[in-house]
Amino acid sequence: MNANHPAIPVPYVDAAQRARAGQLGMWTFLATEVLFFGGLITSYVVMRVTYPAAFAAGSRHLSFAIGTTNTLVLLTSSLTMVWAVALAGAARRRAAIACLVATGILGALFLALKSSEYHDKFVEHLVPGNAFRLPAGDPPALQIFLFLYFALTGLHALHMLVGIALVGWMVVRLGRTPAPPPDNAPELVGLYWHFVDCVWVFLYPLLYLVTPS
Amino acid sequence: MNPAPPTSVAEDYLSRDRTLRSWLTTTDHKRIAILYLIAITGFFAVAATAAALMRWELLSPRGDLMVSDIYNRLFTLHGVTMVWFFLIPSIPTVLGNFILPLMIGARDVAFPRLNLASWYIFMAGGAITLFAIVAGGVDTGWTFYTPYSSTYANGNVMAMAAGVFVAGFSSIATGLNFIVTIHTLRAPGLTWFRLPLFVWSLYSTSLILVLATPVLAVTLALIMVERGLGVGVFDPRLGGDPLLFQHLFWFYSHPAVYIMILPGMGVVSELVTTFARKRIFGYRIMALATLSIALLGFLVWGHHMFVSSQSVYAGLVFSLLSFLVSVPSAIKVFNWTATLRGGSISFDAPFLFALGFLALFTIGGLTGLFLATLAVDVHLHDTYFVVAHFHYIMVGGMVMAYMGGFHYWWPKISGRLFPRRPAQVAAITIFLGFNLTFFPQFILGYLGMPRRFHLYPPEFHTLNVISTLGAAVLGIGYVMPLVYFAWSALRGQPAPNNPWHATGLEWTTPSPPPEHNFDRVPVVTGPPYDYPGPDA
Repeated sequence: MNANHPAIPVPYVDAAQRARAGQLGMWTFLATEVLFFGGLITSYVVMRVTYPAAFAAGSRHLSFAIGTTNTLVLLTSSLTMVWAVALAGAARRRAAIACLVATGILGALFLALKSSEYHDKFVEHLVPGNAFRLPAGDPPALQIFLFLYFALTGLHALHMLVGIALVGWMVVRLGRTPAPPPDNAPELVGLYWHFVDCVWVFLYPLLYLVTPS
Repeated sequence: MNPAPPTSVAEDYLSRDRTLRSWLTTTDHKRIAILYLIAITGFFAVAATAAALMRWELLSPRGDLMVSDIYNRLFTLHGVTMVWFFLIPSIPTVLGNFILPLMIGARDVAFPRLNLASWYIFMAGGAITLFAIVAGGVDTGWTFYTPYSSTYANGNVMAMAAGVFVAGFSSIATGLNFIVTIHTLRAPGLTWFRLPLFVWSLYSTSLILVLATPVLAVTLALIMVERGLGVGVFDPRLGGDPLLFQHLFWFYSHPAVYIMILPGMGVVSELVTTFARKRIFGYRIMALATLSIALLGFLVWGHHMFVSSQSVYAGLVFSLLSFLVSVPSAIKVFNWTATLRGGSISFDAPFLFALGFLALFTIGGLTGLFLATLAVDVHLHDTYFVVAHFHYIMVGGMVMAYMGGFHYWWPKISGRLFPRRPAQVAAITIFLGFNLTFFPQFILGYLGMPRRFHLYPPEFHTLNVISTLGAAVLGIGYVMPLVYFAWSALRGQPAPNNPWHATGLEWTTPSPPPEHNFDRVPVVTGPPYDYPGPDA
């Protein structure tokens, strides 16, 4: 503990410095995430240029309706997240908690829809690996498209799970009595949530909109 | 710098609490540095033993010590362990962790718990890798080229890749921590252009750590999936592209070379100024050269792929960009030399290591230009010339700098002095042993001896014997510090706060420093390297 400011842990000298560190830490972390997804998206681009027909066919095997609904669900969850951060900053705890709960529910809805899509692929034997059955008339590289589909959306879903856990943690934290001193933790969770949304904004056209027909 | 006299009565970080539990749960950056020191010294010993066995095998051209398969596993073990478990973590996690907060007047790094977590992640990755080694090893080489690694190799590729994958997250955590620390925890008055160059080098290194390592992680994950499930994007049999793997791998692994050398350059800047008792020549350009090496380092990965089926035009561009890296590197060498001019130099062990660095890094860098030249590389690719080149940078540059920095900061770390003469002898032994080991390999490579083979035509015999002899000398050189540092830790004379009469905030703290470094936040009023410094 710091002698001058008992509430501020080492190594910080004051709350503003601590908040700055948290912010920069989160932005730096998100930069590593960009590169992490970037490696996979690069693989996607190279393979798509190599097998344009297979990627168009693969895109047609995905459910355009579910993908589009999920995009709307996630964009709405970002809206509720923005409200939650603003309300938490204005010390309106109950309203902030309501918005966070809404964010979490929308996130869970996204994952539920995603799971049903995954389920369909299992049933149709379109999961890459030993059980994969190439549908008649499709090029063999369809499997590569589906592999990248599962890798990208699976990694994204993993990030969604972490995001929902963080939102739950924020709800618990804001619900505590007596109220903890306000800090920038909701803002940091918000940054992460929006990032995961942004990833989906890239994945949706890459995977679902290869052929607009 | 404006050092305030130490007024601390707090117990130092070493004797504060001596239980094992307190060490394993510590969030003190200085203790975490010691934890890393123990770990990487162990990994260095493992990797160096593998190298010793390889050199022993190469004493004769016939391959009578081991079969090819064992030799393949040994050089993979050597490469993987040295690169990911010694060279990359060494200076940042040991010297950086210990010195960085002290240098910028902070009580700790920005995220102390993340710092401890990074050590545990590192140890988890190391444990998985050691398991892969004990369970039979891997024969792919440290580069894990596909489709061999993903389909055909019969070693424990999964475990080895998983170990490196896990350790990568420890690198990311350290890099993130350093970036935030340098941005937010600098003492009042410590502006960017008053930072010691070691801090600049750690900052640049951290940028590479956080931006390049995720790409390696995702690439290794793709190899594991391809190997485990038989689906992926690298094996041509599955419709994949092996060149894609090489691009992704070198997008990380070339910048990783700068992860290894930039911290060494930072250390050498500290050593040269301290032991010449002069301000660094061209401070600003030195700082900017460090950053520009980090940035240019991201644009040259294709020079590892000149003889792959990469397009010739890509090769030309990568060749040109690789030449550009030599400009900031040369600026550094010239500026260090200019700093020495007219200095009052004392030849203590840390400075001898720094001098060794200057000579060996220059040779390593210049031979790098040969290899960056497209046509010459076609002749030299995959020969011992390449092996010699990167060992001049990695061992001759990086390990020399690490040793120099470790000797330099040892009195601060341990609170003890080390014996002067044995350390000087060790520095000279390492320098001679190194050259004896690796210089013949330039000639071997030029004559056409390929790397990664343990059988070779008899005409290469003499040079290989000289190289192995050098490795023995080098081995003795590396054992000597273990002995005198152990002696110093137990029996060495207590060190004063500033044994080298150096500038820099780290020398204003007691040796060893108390738990939270500074009683009062120091205020910086002047530029770094304000020599002739205190007590002069």
